[in-house]
Amino acid sequence: MKKLMLSSAALALCTTATFADEVRVYNWSDYIDEALLEKFEAETGIDLIYDVFDSNEVLETKLLAGGSGYDVVVPTGTFLARQIQAGVFQPLDKSKLPNIGNMWDVIEERTKQYDPDNGYSINYMWGTTGLGVNVGKVQEILGADAPIASLGLIFDPGNMEKLAACGVHFLDAPTEMIPAALTYVGEDPDAKDAEALEKAEAALTAVRPYIQKFHSSEYINALANGDICVAFGWSGDILQARDRAAEAENGVEIAYSAPNEGALMWFDQMAIPADAPNPEAAHTFLNFIMDAQNMADASNYVYYANGNAASKEFLVEDVIGDTAIYPDEAALQNLYTVTTWGPREQRTLTRTWTRIKSGT
Amino acid sequence: MQRFALIAIPYAWLLALFLIPFVIVFKISLSDIALAIPPYTPTLSDGVGPFFSALDFENFAFLASDDLYWKAYVSSLRIAAISTILTLLVGYPIAYAMAHAPEEWRPTLMMLVILPFWTSFLIRVYAWMGILSQEGFLNQFLLWAGLIDAPLTILNTTTAVYIGIVYTYVPFMILPIFAALDRLDGSLIEAAEDLGCSRLQAFWLVTIPLSKNGIIAGSFLVFIPALGEFVIPSLLGGSGTLMIGKVLWEEFFNNRDWPVASAVAVILLLILIIPIVLFQRNQQRQAEEEA
Repeated sequence: MKKLMLSSAALALCTTATFADEVRVYNWSDYIDEALLEKFEAETGIDLIYDVFDSNEVLETKLLAGGSGYDVVVPTGTFLARQIQAGVFQPLDKSKLPNIGNMWDVIEERTKQYDPDNGYSINYMWGTTGLGVNVGKVQEILGADAPIASLGLIFDPGNMEKLAACGVHFLDAPTEMIPAALTYVGEDPDAKDAEALEKAEAALTAVRPYIQKFHSSEYINALANGDICVAFGWSGDILQARDRAAEAENGVEIAYSAPNEGALMWFDQMAIPADAPNPEAAHTFLNFIMDAQNMADASNYVYYANGNAASKEFLVEDVIGDTAIYPDEAALQNLYTVTTWGPREQRTLTRTWTRIKSGT
Repeated sequence: MQRFALIAIPYAWLLALFLIPFVIVFKISLSDIALAIPPYTPTLSDGVGPFFSALDFENFAFLASDDLYWKAYVSSLRIAAISTILTLLVGYPIAYAMAHAPEEWRPTLMMLVILPFWTSFLIRVYAWMGILSQEGFLNQFLLWAGLIDAPLTILNTTTAVYIGIVYTYVPFMILPIFAALDRLDGSLIEAAEDLGCSRLQAFWLVTIPLSKNGIIAGSFLVFIPALGEFVIPSLLGGSGTLMIGKVLWEEFFNNRDWPVASAVAVILLLILIIPIVLFQRNQQRQAEEEA
């Protein structure tokens, strides 16, 4: 009798465990079609707990402290690379990811520089960093031939002085702005030595008085409402601003351009922490995301390109046909990637950024 | 024995929630940054001997080598001091009015002072962003009233930080001053006036000195948290507002340099110990006076 009770208790425990099957996903804010989350729960019966963050730094600090409790996280490639070195992630078990064949080799080739062999991560979305311009206002101020696709628009103090009254926002992210400044001054965008950084700093300091704000998300609404004329930001965000302005029919026309001089290409990668409570469900989630239809739904919703070749046939024309999202062959040549900043370099970078912003 | 147990409780509390965390932070401040979980080395798993020999004061030397930290401490001290004075100027009249209000109103007035705490501090600071922005209520009102021609830039400046701190901490100033004024014997004022003092003189020579302890307590309760304030400057302040709380955040999150961040925190604590000790001594003296 006692034995029977024990085994039934064990059975009860086991069934609770399966019932409590859940997966915790930590992704960027405004980065998925929420209908997909419901679809995942309905298809797999796994409870999905979905949390969001808004900066790589916050994610990284949680991961490095250990025991974050998340099963799937989405760092950007440059951050992912050093997190792999720190032993934050577990290798993916590709036998549990039948949809991995859908991935796009062109993107996989590029993400290898952050995750050799793509053994720890899959690409979720990728994009570029560039210029969001209120075309009407900028042409009114700088003339019809305003260089709206050139870094000169935001790094030439002559242009910036005229644009200042209308409002210019920069990303509050040195890992994005310094490579752009380096490109403008003719240095390698991936340079990390003190001499090159000084040149970049000088270029940014020269236009600093004309920048209304350094912020990494406010520019979406500000551009859409016509409050500012120019923002240097992320492709999908600026395209969202373009669409919001078009929907509001407020006469504001927003254009996104990856700068002619070269644009930073970045990759947001999904990975599983080494101490994930439920790696099994995490693999199920990754496989679900890699489904061609699901990935296409996500891209159609957030206006970012994805690393999934099979999803292309399900993408709407607005997304796949837009060279600002899916650059053509020529534009792809113009994109560069950067490597990770080491600890000492990171300190110099942060310090330089503080000096640019506050003058101290 | 019973007495010992009674004393042991607060000491155990202090030990567990203040001393042990401080020792941990201090230990991290002597470590080196590493690419690992946790992101510093050495840890005790390396063995006790190598653990102690690897600790050094390098991070404190680093803080001295860059004027950013020094400037941030000075700037924080200045912002905290000015905020404390402003809070006193706003809080004292409110406490005075409360103490002189009819007896039956006082519980209601007290309630009104405490009421804001029922809403999240974060939401209240966000609300100030809506009030102070270019298109915010304040500018709309001033434009409507014809007092200004163009919207004022208040949000993202140090002025907004002062407004935020004064707003947030004014209850901490009001309550101790009110307590002091409430206990004040009204016949002393009458006596002062009988002896030829004007009302202003009586206020200055009698009321203020007798509420001194409330003023001191309120000032410390505002100054100490304002010095390390992070949320208010990051939401309301601009990129020119330099405060140590923000520098600490950057060390921890942007540079992921826990050892240097811990060194910044240890020095902040040392700076705070001076006012805390002064506050403690004042409280003690007050208790002795009453005894």
